[in-house]
Amino acid sequence: MMQGILLSAGSDIDVMVHGLFQYKFFGHEVWITTTHVSLLFVMLILIGFSIAAGQAIKKGAEVPGGFQNVVELIVEKLDGVVDGTMGKNSPKYRNYIGAIFIFILFSNISGLLGLRPPTADYGVTFPLGVVTFILIHFNQFKYQKPKDIWKDMCSPLPPWLPIWFPINVISELAVPVSLSLRLFANVLSGTIIMALVYGLLGWFATIWPAALHVYFDLFSGAIQTYVFCMLTMTYVSNAIGGEE
Amino acid sequence: MEFNENFILGCSAIGAGLAVIAGIGPGVGQGIAAGHAAAAVGRNPGAKSAITSTMILGQAVAETTGLYGLIVAILLLFVKPLLW
Repeated sequence: MMQGILLSAGSDIDVMVHGLFQYKFFGHEVWITTTHVSLLFVMLILIGFSIAAGQAIKKGAEVPGGFQNVVELIVEKLDGVVDGTMGKNSPKYRNYIGAIFIFILFSNISGLLGLRPPTADYGVTFPLGVVTFILIHFNQFKYQKPKDIWKDMCSPLPPWLPIWFPINVISELAVPVSLSLRLFANVLSGTIIMALVYGLLGWFATIWPAALHVYFDLFSGAIQTYVFCMLTMTYVSNAIGGEE
Repeated sequence: MEFNENFILGCSAIGAGLAVIAGIGPGVGQGIAAGHAAAAVGRNPGAKSAITSTMILGQAVAETTGLYGLIVAILLLFVKPLLW
């Protein structure tokens, strides 16, 4: 099927999600795919890391050394990023932002382990966008008066003339879609380019693709993780409103 | 009129190539953002980290339109919606 676009590669190039195992769930056909497998690996790594970190902190010394130092450094850096962006609202959101930061970062990097990155599946990134969407609107209804929300939704025109209301609703709905598509498309493009390099060049792609891995997996993955978390924090603190 | 599969595949490839032209816009936009960030760092070297994070955020938002073009191209090439 692929020979039309990838002449010399045959069908060696493999960028799509594959179904591995099929089962029936209330009469529906459901598949266990490669995304589930790589998510499982990422989860195992993260669970192992968190257990080890918990042990290290539990018997922590006054003067940290070795692994405890690394864990404290990670937590301090993440808390610093959240504090710098959200100001006084940061204590509530440190845990969530830190969790999705580490999860997305490990998912993006897992291409280095030979897995297909889980974030290169739209079914993984869209729920992350939906969680952000729910956080935004939950906080909006919690911290703002309904009158102010209505005024905001009709924003360029006065509140008694809601002509712009549908357009503002569409722009609110576009937030989770654009957040998740940005992460998805960045990781997927890296995956496809690496698959093309390995598939088309064959034996010639031996050592030097490591440089491409550094760019597409490490650099791009870290930047996109940072951007996803920064945008989530910015949207949520805008929804909370109030003085900075 | 009736078209065969190869003709549709070829046209999909041309369409994918045209869709990826959307990458020009984000390239120009990101370049402008990086240039202004460099000028800002030159004027106020103390604010380098804040300027860098703002620049990366703005560039990532500007990148989205180009990525939509990329997604259209990937769908045309790998999912082949015109053959359904």
